[in-house]
Amino acid sequence: MRIDRRKFLKLAGCTGVGLGLSAADIFKDTVEASSGHSAVSTAATRYAMVIDIRKLQTAEDYQRIVDACDKIHNIPTLIPEKGNPKHEVKWIWNDTYGHSFPDQKNFYHPEAFKQKLFPLLCNHCDSPPCVRVCPTKATFKRPDGIVQQDMHRCIGCRFCMAACPYGSRSFNFVDPRPFIKDKNPEYPTRSMGVVEKCTFCSERLEKGEQPACAEASNGALVFGNLNDPESEVRKILKTNFSLQRKPELGTMPSVFYVIGGEEYAG
Amino acid sequence: MYNGGKIIAGLIIFIALVTFPFYTNMGKTIEKPADPTAAADELHIGNVPIGQMRAEHMMILDKWRDEVVRGGERFITFDGDQYEKSIQNGCLACHSKQDFCGKCHNFAGVNPYCWNCHYSSEEDQL
Repeated sequence: MRIDRRKFLKLAGCTGVGLGLSAADIFKDTVEASSGHSAVSTAATRYAMVIDIRKLQTAEDYQRIVDACDKIHNIPTLIPEKGNPKHEVKWIWNDTYGHSFPDQKNFYHPEAFKQKLFPLLCNHCDSPPCVRVCPTKATFKRPDGIVQQDMHRCIGCRFCMAACPYGSRSFNFVDPRPFIKDKNPEYPTRSMGVVEKCTFCSERLEKGEQPACAEASNGALVFGNLNDPESEVRKILKTNFSLQRKPELGTMPSVFYVIGGEEYAG
Repeated sequence: MYNGGKIIAGLIIFIALVTFPFYTNMGKTIEKPADPTAAADELHIGNVPIGQMRAEHMMILDKWRDEVVRGGERFITFDGDQYEKSIQNGCLACHSKQDFCGKCHNFAGVNPYCWNCHYSSEEDQL
């Protein structure tokens, strides 16, 4: 085929425009992804939880919350039976102030507050890094803000565990079934090789129930719609000082810790 | 014949391996599931004829699974009642895993991995 100068220039021009368009597309994606803070949810519903640390006093208060979740979701007790801390599966658990809020640089917070334990769970971030890294879209954000995990699609690559800054995800290194103490026949177990985490009890919400931890907490854990200005969570957040875990990462966590003040000072 | 011994020995091993499924199952009988008595055109939950449910239940379960997990549509209304699109709370509420699902699956040698997570308390598999 003979190609004259005029035809060559035409083709070269088209190619150039095409390349330019695709490059612009890539650039657009990068800009959207990097500006995490603009992605504040404007949906009608964004589920959130407010944890009032002042209402958790005894070890039993803390344990009751974890037990309620473990029982309902068939969570295996792999420690201390196995002895390998990596095998532990946890949806909600308690940890120290230092582990919960490593970003808090104020050395002079009240000692009594720094001595407390904090119930930790999946933060159901508004901009969830686990969702961005999942290669199979097994984990995804629902329109109501819940970060859900589809066990059927999970290939166990554990990218999400690496991406989650809160350690909220657990991998099933062993078959969990032999380690489940109380069996709940209404909820599935997991199999070896999938990642699991807190679901904000999406299966209970659909039946009009509260999440199991909130129900067992005697009002210390309050669950509700963060995007409804009249909701209980918003009322608590409006009148109390609260902390989020690692907010500087831009994940926009949906779990808030009401910390109070004067009761620690004495 | 060059290397005749080796060739014949190799052939014998090859035939033994290839026929392995036949002689291990020899003499064993697996009961053929009886033809289900329910009418095939009667409607099953989900407005699907029972015959279609028999033939396509795996596709229907797959569709329901996505609707529940990814779409949050957990319930289905059939004949005025609400049913849960769930293996443990739906299917197993009426059907027995061993006597219903197991009958055909055992006969056909189909071992779906549904049961790795969705357990049935009747066999206390947990």
